[in-house]
Amino acid sequence: MDRSGPIRVLLAKPGLDGHDRGIRLVLRALRDAGMEVIYTGLRATPAHIVKAAIEEDVEAIGLSSLSGAHETHFKEVSRLLEQEGATDVVLFGGGIIPQQDVDQLRSIGFEWIYPPGTTLDKIVSDLTSTLRPTSSRSGGE
Amino acid sequence: MKGEDQPPSRWTQQCWEPFVSEHPERMEAFQTSSGTPIDPLYCHDEDSPGPGEFPFTRGIHPSMYRGRLWTMRQYAGYSTPEETNQRFRFLLEQGQTGLSVAFDLPTQIGFDSDDPEAFGEVGRVGVPINTVDDLDQLLEGIPLESISISMTINSTAPLLLALLLALAKRRGVAADQIRGTLQNDILKEYIARGTQRFPVEPSMRLVVDVIEHCTKEAPSFYPISISGYHIREAGSTAIQEVAFTLANGIAYLDACRDRGLDLVSVGRRISFFFNAHNQLFEEIAKFRAARRMWAKICRERFHIEDDRACQLRFHTQTGGSTLQAKEPSNNIVRVTIQALSAILGGTQSLHTNSWDEALSLPGQEAARLALRTQQVLARESAVTDTIDPLGGAPFIEHLTDQIEDAAMAIICEIDERGGMLESIANGSIRRAIEQSSYEAQIARDSGAATPVGVEEEGEIPEAPFKVDPDIEQRRRQSLEKFRLQRDNSAVNAALLRVEKSATGSDNMIPVLIDAMEAGCTLGEVSRKLATVFGETQDHG
Repeated sequence: MDRSGPIRVLLAKPGLDGHDRGIRLVLRALRDAGMEVIYTGLRATPAHIVKAAIEEDVEAIGLSSLSGAHETHFKEVSRLLEQEGATDVVLFGGGIIPQQDVDQLRSIGFEWIYPPGTTLDKIVSDLTSTLRPTSSRSGGE
Repeated sequence: MKGEDQPPSRWTQQCWEPFVSEHPERMEAFQTSSGTPIDPLYCHDEDSPGPGEFPFTRGIHPSMYRGRLWTMRQYAGYSTPEETNQRFRFLLEQGQTGLSVAFDLPTQIGFDSDDPEAFGEVGRVGVPINTVDDLDQLLEGIPLESISISMTINSTAPLLLALLLALAKRRGVAADQIRGTLQNDILKEYIARGTQRFPVEPSMRLVVDVIEHCTKEAPSFYPISISGYHIREAGSTAIQEVAFTLANGIAYLDACRDRGLDLVSVGRRISFFFNAHNQLFEEIAKFRAARRMWAKICRERFHIEDDRACQLRFHTQTGGSTLQAKEPSNNIVRVTIQALSAILGGTQSLHTNSWDEALSLPGQEAARLALRTQQVLARESAVTDTIDPLGGAPFIEHLTDQIEDAAMAIICEIDERGGMLESIANGSIRRAIEQSSYEAQIARDSGAATPVGVEEEGEIPEAPFKVDPDIEQRRRQSLEKFRLQRDNSAVNAALLRVEKSATGSDNMIPVLIDAMEAGCTLGEVSRKLATVFGETQDHG
């Protein structure tokens, strides 16, 4: 899939976790970088996240979890996306996610898992270089 | 006390001596390792108030840690009531002096472990407590009348209070013997912590129900802990932490006054909870400023004449958001600096974070090391041997004044815009916190304020702790068993009384205690409350 125009991203907090400092920072950084970002707010269910992603025709979904429930919720989002045939949506995540879980999340389709300490620039540039490879090469001019 | 040839000061005669004659200090005399005597207080002029005197800038007690050390209270909870009970006993065996319960998110928001909403969350960030039996198991072998129990619980605080009082009855312990603290600070949930369930108005009613019930029936219990901790974690500055916390405090006192409660009894049972970050002097000054501000607010705004009711008593936790995932053992040093700021700032109780908490919940060894950090500060550093040792230092006094002025200006602005409830509703507090959080992130990303050890290329170590995913299944089974054994007609009748009480205006706590004794679960009662009160939604 080759798109032009602003990158469309859905950010979501699955489960009951209330820690939203990180995801709100990412929200602001992606918007500042010119992307169109939808944020679900707290306590989004995986079903709601996938539905919103399809309706909003996003190219990427970012999930945040600091409550240890990432395995359950991230897996479910990935499963439902596959079920809906939306496998071209790029998945990424962040929060308190043990190293030992990162490989497993990669194997079910998570492109990047961002640990505490990740810079906002890194997230912006990962998304841009993956979703708009041509413009990022010539970007900034 | 000012050396052999000086007459004792006014503070010494009027405040310290009478207090110490009734509450002896830890030692007959204090001295340095070289034998130099250490006075209770330095840098004190005759006219200004000392420790134990309004507005308590230098501490709420006349002898502070020379009399009694702070309570070492490590926040803990995970997996199941049984497993958490073992961690509690371990911590008590290691010399911890109070308990602090971390509940899992379903419990905090009002879902039983077998509710579909709880899927994947049971026992993850805390312990699930749904029934009196669960609480009984959690506190097995722990005497309710001698160990104080702090509970981080907010939207379901009235239910946990009801469970605790029902358990006390079951164990034959009188309610007035129960010691501990309920967080019960719903306002900061909407702006910083995110476990709100019901809209603000009924939630505020429940907060005051808890305060009213406790001041009357469980007077040794602190029914609210007004928390700046999470506001700071969400990204606020130190000054905003003080301002928003005290503004929430004002909103609660307003609500208590509107209910017709006696503000002296309420003021004496209010407690606070602050964060401690790395910038040592700013943090120390923050605690001193908060104490002075709250005393003045109580006196000038609420006309509370009783000194004790104007005291800002507080718990401190070191800053979770300052912990780094890379080179995580460096966090031990950060925690030590932060703990020191709380002690030099005069905290009444302290939780020190474990070094591994940017990776997962703490492992047992790390949890012990965190407690040991406090013990080293308490027993080896001798920073406890004179009161408010930095008081009088120009930089500290300047920062204290400056934080007070700046935080008071924010509170005045909130007043002008219709008060804290209005400011929470219109989103202005959240936006202010978010702006500070963004500025801090930019400073970090740009290298202007990057923590030590994180810029190195290095792997993040594996998490030391993992909750067994099978516990969800085990919890489902135990709840199923609980529901089979109870008298369902009594449960249904109790739930109807809860509904009726929620639609009325009488204090709900007695009805909630009855419901818990009848065998209702936390989730069932919460659902009932939600049908009457409605539920809040966060739209991002």
